Amino acid sequence: MNSSLRWRKFVSGFMLTMTGVCAVVAVSVLFLILGYLVYHGGTSISWSFFTKLPTPVGETGGGMANAIVGSAKLLLLASLFGVPIGFFGAIYLAEFSGGAIAFVVRYAADLLNGVPSIVIGIFAYSLVVLPFKHFSTLAGGFALGLMMIPITLRSTEEFLRAVPSTLREGAMALGASKSRTIATVIVPAAYRGILTAILLAFARVAGETAPLLFTAFGNRFWSPGWNQPTAALPEMIYRYAIAPYDDWHRQAWAAGLVLLGLILVVNIVARGILARGIAVPRS
Amino acid sequence: MATTTTTVPSAGPVAGSRSFLSRLIEGDEIARLITFLFAASVVLITLLLVFELWQGSALARHKFGLNFFFTRVWDPIFDQFGALPFIYGTLVTSVVALAIAVPLGIGAAIFLAELAPQKISDTLQFFIDLLAAVPSVIYGLLGVFVVIPLMRQYLQPALKSTLGFLPLFQGPAYGVGFLTAGIVLAIMVIPYIISVSREILLAVPRDQREAALALGATRWESTWKVVVPFARGGIMGSIFLALARALGETMAVTMVIGNTPTISASLFSPGYSIAAVIANEFTEATGDLYLQSLIELGLVLFLLTFILNGVARLLIVATSQKGGGMGHA
Amino acid sequence: MKRIASLLLLAVLVLAGAGWADSALSLNGAGATFPFPMYSKWFDEYHKKNANLQINYQSIGSGGGIKQVTEGTVDFGATDGPMNDDQLKAFQDKHGFGILHFPTVMGAVVPTYNISGVDATLNFTPEALAGIFLGKITKWNDPAITDANKGVKLPGEDIVVVHRADGSGTTYCWTDYLSKVSEEWKNKVGKGTSVNWPVGLGGKGNEGVTGTVKNTPNSIGYVELIYAESNKIPYGSVKNSAGAFVKASLAAVSAAAAGAAKDMPEDFRVSITNAPGKTSYPISTFTWLLIPEKFSDAAKRDAIKGFLQWALGEGQNYAEALSYSRLPKEVVAKETKAIAKVQ
Repeated sequence: MNSSLRWRKFVSGFMLTMTGVCAVVAVSVLFLILGYLVYHGGTSISWSFFTKLPTPVGETGGGMANAIVGSAKLLLLASLFGVPIGFFGAIYLAEFSGGAIAFVVRYAADLLNGVPSIVIGIFAYSLVVLPFKHFSTLAGGFALGLMMIPITLRSTEEFLRAVPSTLREGAMALGASKSRTIATVIVPAAYRGILTAILLAFARVAGETAPLLFTAFGNRFWSPGWNQPTAALPEMIYRYAIAPYDDWHRQAWAAGLVLLGLILVVNIVARGILARGIAVPRS
Repeated sequence: MATTTTTVPSAGPVAGSRSFLSRLIEGDEIARLITFLFAASVVLITLLLVFELWQGSALARHKFGLNFFFTRVWDPIFDQFGALPFIYGTLVTSVVALAIAVPLGIGAAIFLAELAPQKISDTLQFFIDLLAAVPSVIYGLLGVFVVIPLMRQYLQPALKSTLGFLPLFQGPAYGVGFLTAGIVLAIMVIPYIISVSREILLAVPRDQREAALALGATRWESTWKVVVPFARGGIMGSIFLALARALGETMAVTMVIGNTPTISASLFSPGYSIAAVIANEFTEATGDLYLQSLIELGLVLFLLTFILNGVARLLIVATSQKGGGMGHA
Repeated sequence: MKRIASLLLLAVLVLAGAGWADSALSLNGAGATFPFPMYSKWFDEYHKKNANLQINYQSIGSGGGIKQVTEGTVDFGATDGPMNDDQLKAFQDKHGFGILHFPTVMGAVVPTYNISGVDATLNFTPEALAGIFLGKITKWNDPAITDANKGVKLPGEDIVVVHRADGSGTTYCWTDYLSKVSEEWKNKVGKGTSVNWPVGLGGKGNEGVTGTVKNTPNSIGYVELIYAESNKIPYGSVKNSAGAFVKASLAAVSAAAAGAAKDMPEDFRVSITNAPGKTSYPISTFTWLLIPEKFSDAAKRDAIKGFLQWALGEGQNYAEALSYSRLPKEVVAKETKAIAKVQ
């Protein structure tokens, strides 16, 4: 009996240690990635990286200024398109709607969330690029905005629902209309969570490349206005990484570092905002 | 306050009794309408997307029918398009990814949920969440410059010399291929398995564990034989979620898979996935049949992820309710 | 909260301003990766001379160039595999007017390889190349290869074939050549911008193939000359129709085009692979810009015509530094007249 118990105890200790190893391995991947990016990209980040345009093929010394601005424009458009739809749609779900419609809307949002990003690219191509006969920042922003909608919608709805009903009832007891209640009481009460949701959605689409392949298309120069093709950081990383030029490889690392740095910072800020706010149930 | 003559807005949420006019003036009806339009637009956009996929692949669907799924040949010159190599590549890389990610992920989730003290568990989960935020193209970047050389110089020769008798590990070591893509995908989907499984495990009622321990089980036995089976549905759900993510991955895969429509028993062989071929060939598909075949591939991918996500969600919800519904004390 | 909102508003305004600040005319083109080093230099130089015009070119492959210019999503295309009659008709049907081919420079497609321990220039016979790419010749020390390379020690390693994953004019030129020299290739695979490759790994663009060959031991691929040269990977000589092993060079490509220059058809679509002549390089090709016959925007039309004039004149001076051959004089003269067709 005792030796069997000893064996079982040994197995227990061993297996539990292994689970610890698994966790350590999983987490260390993150630091490995960061380490590689810092090591290879850190040395290539220079002032010219941020300010210069790409040089002709084979010549060294270019930068990604247009890609950085391009990404900023794309993300701005994406937010302008995706956030209002997600936000106001969530208000409808949380405050106004009944069972059936809410179910359909949520289902559609989940569906949209699960669509592979390359398929979103196909959709944006046929909806925006073909009719306008232009690859454009607009098309890219539309594609990215689509991807922001589900995340914003579901998270905002959750945080709105989590606002205690006492707040709602109190406002109504004071005679406020429903829309006024929402605007002045409920949304401010949930704003931390909503902001977190928006930031997380933002970080998610900042790194997307596939939808941009058929929409923003890429540009070696500055992209004027919103109706011309534009370069973007993720797309430059892709193009430079698979090319044979060493200078381009260095720039790809630098761009990767910048992009990942941006995404991680936004993620950390978003979670920090949430952590300091009302304790709301996590999804 | 409202200045309507019909009713005076009364205290309490008895909206039904206020007239339409008063609600309109107070902005409630407008607010409802506007937000409804936004919510409806979500449904409309989704419907439009499905419609575009369906319409856009009509020619290919009618021409090839079900044969599309069983034809190996992808030949733009002779207008012969078959999805089999891409479905094969997508499935193989995903299976390899899961084979690596599931043990690692569940192991880590067990550690985080059962063993680690609250603070460590939360901190580690924080890092795992950050890992989930790393974009695909960055994984691709590391895949090209780090994983491929590692595969070609060390891992593939090592596997060949030890397990080379298996058809899985035969053939020249290119560095790119199914195995490389599977490994990169594994890293990408581990965070999803860990996050969801950890939550599911945390939701398992305490009395399950305590009952097992009271009966003399070791810590591990209690976890593995009682808690995990209890959470089995939700864990399966997390695996399906991870699978859905792996199926749709584009950039990281196309940078390391070799981009050749091949069906081979060897994991060292280069291959192709649905998402990768769309990314590479969409902008240049001349001719309607070519383009529509690619869109049909997109439709297939969409349906696959749709089904998997749906099943995953059902499993997770069912398991959470089982845990919650069973009561605590 | 208010501060965040106003900051956001400010950001929006700044970016919107940035969006509209640049009033330059933008032309968008897409297509072949084969001449991309040449075009990127040209568009850069031309932009320096004409600050109000930017020509944005994306190298997505010849197939992409043909497709997108037909769809009308770009203003012009570029290809090294000329559009076939079906594609021309499709363009005509869609737009109501035709599309013109304008040769810009000539280049060579070279067999480039990465064999451990081998730095020498290998000689490839047409049979060897066809056999390798058909998957029938699988080892580097196969007699078909060693016979032409006495004195070079070739290893008994497996050959890793690298081809294009995207629709490519370079592929068109390569498969055009193989179809001419190998009956089996012609029947089994055929020529085109995208073919059903019997073996090999796929790389995206000339850049991708070069990168893959550079990183994969014992591999062979086909790329435009400048890609092999600027990345310092060895490339081989090919036996031409007169029986001589010729290494790609400016002179050898010009020799290949000599015959075609005199008999250039009106639409400039011509193949110069496997050309006669003792010094001709057999896998040479023109590369074309695809310009629609009509432009609805007069500014764009004038811009593109101005660029074409420049490219045929001063632009040719940049070609040789990048290992592309200048166009023969007769072709330039013919093209200059043809520019008038663009309206």
